[in-house]
Amino acid sequence: MVRQIINPYKEAVDIVKEMGGEALRLCYQCGLCTGACPWNVLKSFPVRKLMHEAQLGLLDFEAEDMWACVTCGNCVQQCPRGVEIIDVMRAMRRTIVALGVGPVPDSLRVTMKNLAGTGNPWGEPTEKRADWAQGLNVKPFSNGAQMLYFPCCTTAYDASVSRIGKATATVLQKVGASFGILGSKEACCGESARKAGDEELFQRLVQENTAAFAESGASTMVVSSPHCYYTFMNEYPIAQNGLQVLHSTQYLAGLLREGKLKFSKEVKKRVAYHDPCYLGRHSGVYDEPREVLSSIPGVELIELPNNRENSICCGGGGGNVWMETKPGERLAEVRAEQALDVGADVLALACPYCMLMFEGCLTQDVLDRLELRDITELVAEAM
Amino acid sequence: MEEPKIGVFICHCGTNIAGTVDIDEVREFAAGLPGVVSARDYKFTCSEPGQLQIKEDVKNLGLNRVVVAACSPRMHEITFRKAVAEVGLNPYLLQIANIREQDSWVHKNGSTEKAKALIRAAVQRANLLESLERREVPVTPSVLVVGGGIAGIQAALNIANANHKVYLVEREPSIGGRMIQLDKTFPTLDCSSCILTPKMAAVGSHPNIELMTYSEVEDVSGYIGNFKVKVRKKPRYVDSELCTGCGICIEKCPWKTDSEFDMGLGKRKAVYTPFPQAVPNVPVIDPDVCVYFEKGTCRACEKFCPPGAIAWDQKEETVELEVGAIIVATGYDLLDPSPLTQYGYKRLDNVITSLEFERMCSATGPTGGELVLKDGSAPQSVAIIHCVGSRDKNYCEYCSRVCCMYALKYSHLIGEKTDADVYQLYIDMRCYGKGFEEFYKRLSDEGVNFVRGKVAQVTDQVAGEEEQGKLVVVTEDTLLGRMLRIPVDMVILCPAMVARADADEVARRFLINRGADGFFLERHPKLEPVATASDGVFVVGCAQGPKDIPDTVAQASAGAAEALSLIDRGTVEIEAATAVVDEEMCSGCKICLALCPYNAITFDEEKKLANVNDILCKGCGVCVAACPSAAITGRHFTDKQIFAEIDGLLADVKPPLVAV
Repeated sequence: MVRQIINPYKEAVDIVKEMGGEALRLCYQCGLCTGACPWNVLKSFPVRKLMHEAQLGLLDFEAEDMWACVTCGNCVQQCPRGVEIIDVMRAMRRTIVALGVGPVPDSLRVTMKNLAGTGNPWGEPTEKRADWAQGLNVKPFSNGAQMLYFPCCTTAYDASVSRIGKATATVLQKVGASFGILGSKEACCGESARKAGDEELFQRLVQENTAAFAESGASTMVVSSPHCYYTFMNEYPIAQNGLQVLHSTQYLAGLLREGKLKFSKEVKKRVAYHDPCYLGRHSGVYDEPREVLSSIPGVELIELPNNRENSICCGGGGGNVWMETKPGERLAEVRAEQALDVGADVLALACPYCMLMFEGCLTQDVLDRLELRDITELVAEAM
Repeated sequence: MEEPKIGVFICHCGTNIAGTVDIDEVREFAAGLPGVVSARDYKFTCSEPGQLQIKEDVKNLGLNRVVVAACSPRMHEITFRKAVAEVGLNPYLLQIANIREQDSWVHKNGSTEKAKALIRAAVQRANLLESLERREVPVTPSVLVVGGGIAGIQAALNIANANHKVYLVEREPSIGGRMIQLDKTFPTLDCSSCILTPKMAAVGSHPNIELMTYSEVEDVSGYIGNFKVKVRKKPRYVDSELCTGCGICIEKCPWKTDSEFDMGLGKRKAVYTPFPQAVPNVPVIDPDVCVYFEKGTCRACEKFCPPGAIAWDQKEETVELEVGAIIVATGYDLLDPSPLTQYGYKRLDNVITSLEFERMCSATGPTGGELVLKDGSAPQSVAIIHCVGSRDKNYCEYCSRVCCMYALKYSHLIGEKTDADVYQLYIDMRCYGKGFEEFYKRLSDEGVNFVRGKVAQVTDQVAGEEEQGKLVVVTEDTLLGRMLRIPVDMVILCPAMVARADADEVARRFLINRGADGFFLERHPKLEPVATASDGVFVVGCAQGPKDIPDTVAQASAGAAEALSLIDRGTVEIEAATAVVDEEMCSGCKICLALCPYNAITFDEEKKLANVNDILCKGCGVCVAACPSAAITGRHFTDKQIFAEIDGLLADVKPPLVAV
């Protein structure tokens, strides 16, 4: 069928064009984005074609492709014309959510509903947000404490990921840091909501959290998730409010440099580090995680074939962590294979979403050969 | 001073100005300004009748000041200065009000009001303008050409053939530049050295050309028509007078290093000529490789040299030249593609650059013209990746202009030498020149695989049996809308052409500017394509921007013509709007001396006063602004004139500016 450049959803298309901005107009259809997209190792995801459809107003808002982008930033980093491809993807989803011009995947819709209701993606009760810290003697944040620890919803509620929070708290206690948590007063940072197109919800979460941070009077905050880190640093009015945000690996590297991080045990492992997209490409933090890992006695740090700015997404970004990933379309499997190929015993992670994705995607057979450990876990083990 | 009688001439510039500025309103406003005796408008004031209007008013109304409200003075100040001079008015009594670039082109609203303000400013300034006399100085009738590539060779020959002296300075031991490194040239497939070596030989033997190879320009002083140039001649350690070019020294020398000329693919000796057809055919000894300079031993070359031309005691020398014009033809570098890690250059075997491929194809190259892989075998398949760093905001935003065409040429050469399948990985095919599209058609007919897409990755991580031992080129074929993995034996990268690594230093030495792309900046992209910001200095060839050989040759001849028209005239007019020191006020603090970018200020030790050399001074005004005693005045830009102008501009703005 010959398609005309007339779209029934003109308003929606205009929003996409406006949000994609001048940079979208600059796209010269070279296709580097498609080639750089990790999806195209496993399935077809025509990024370039979507950009052209957006330019001409021929977007098919009902297509599955609207939801595929993991917002890993590999295409944006290399785009020869500087097109903010993630912004265009976000704009497409935003118009779908706001104007109802296409379907939102079921699992994502439920997640967003939960987020709106309870401030976490599972719809768990707010009162249970601090349950992960039970038995660890972690105190609610008070004005006297040096820093606020913000664990991320996934760390707080997911049974298997909560070990990141536990390890972090243990390390902080062992180095004698005075810290506290906000518990039920905090909510999701909203990164997923924004990438899933629910701008209204995102803005609400920004307000709630900003108010909670301000009320607490904290001046330093340590976070476990690169998604929280990126969002606080770039999309919250954090800097204006004088709050310093550090990812846990940055905080640990700081301790290391000051000679305050001391180890007493060996962790004799071959460790490969998986750069999370939002810590590496999006935030430019590549060295601190490696600095911390290589300081652990016994750890042999090895590099994956795709490392640092060439890292491959676990598949969980852009809201994909809340959606169904079909077998054979799991980027975590590609990544695990790379780790096993270079002879790693441990895949070191630094992101709760990555942990959730790898745990959910890898088969028991692979998990038996490749341990998944957050960097804080390895540090805690060696202390 | 005589009573000012000012005429204001307002140009419509077609609709460029008249489209947004209400000309009638502006003309009536101008007519009412103090000192203005007539105000007129015309469709194109720069045209013959437009100029006539000015001239007649000067004659008939006795105008002694002229204000032209039109385009930028950069465009037509010279035109109107000439016009008023023809009817006996001093050209410095003309003032331009720029109501196009600074008004009608940039404002949607209020451009009429702004035009009035600009004209009021110009009229107030015109009231205070003074006559200045320009001086003529004689010109040294010789030219310095910097760079001995095809651009420098062409320019040097043009000038020398017109019976003028040329000094051709080349950094390398031989002239020939990039062109002599190439194998064939598109779109005609002429052998590059076959068409270039006759010109090189002509340079070497021309009575009017003094060829200075293995030499670099160290310092330039002086001004248009009268430059003084210092050239540093590196020691060759071979006496050019005695050397017969027999090559026995090269044969006997036991020390080797990577050949720069062969892009490191082959070796050269410690005593060497870069390539067999070198001009001059006199070897140089590389002291970094020759063991004699380290240990004082060997001397094989010396023992075997029949005429005894080895000269260990040669020293670096500096030669001073006097020239009237300078042509900068310093060429380009190729972008080092190793930072584009996705293409695997230097990490993966058989990923090579275009210049490496050229050397490999050359009969005098490191493989004797054979196209071979690292293991010595012939490739079965070759991918050519276009736009490596070109058209990419992360590296070079511009198009390098020659890659599409030489990539097509490579298809042909690969087909001549092997049975390999060739893949062209392009974004857009740009075949715009004479005979280019025909060449594209010819190569399509020869059977080339065109894949439209910017390559994402070249990898040795294989994904199947057919990829075993191959380089895999990963890209989207944007016309198919499908990802492709293309297994090949060899990948040729077409890197961006970039400004020379030392372009900044060269720019400073010749007082020329560089554009955002790093290349030397021409004075006007269309109408003064080889002139630079520095009078008497011209830039030609790839030093000005990427271009192919025909464009380079044409531009080199243009540069030669410009230089000739300057030195043939015999004299040159010197700018009269220069700085002048008031001896009464100068305290002798010397602050101005260090600041002058043209070294035009000297210090009179006897009188303890600063002195401005009128000929060197360009009237930039730095010393005027810096002088703590306000002892220096910029002629044609006096404080009074400038404040009058500002006052006129801001007359409607309250409170009025008070001059101090």
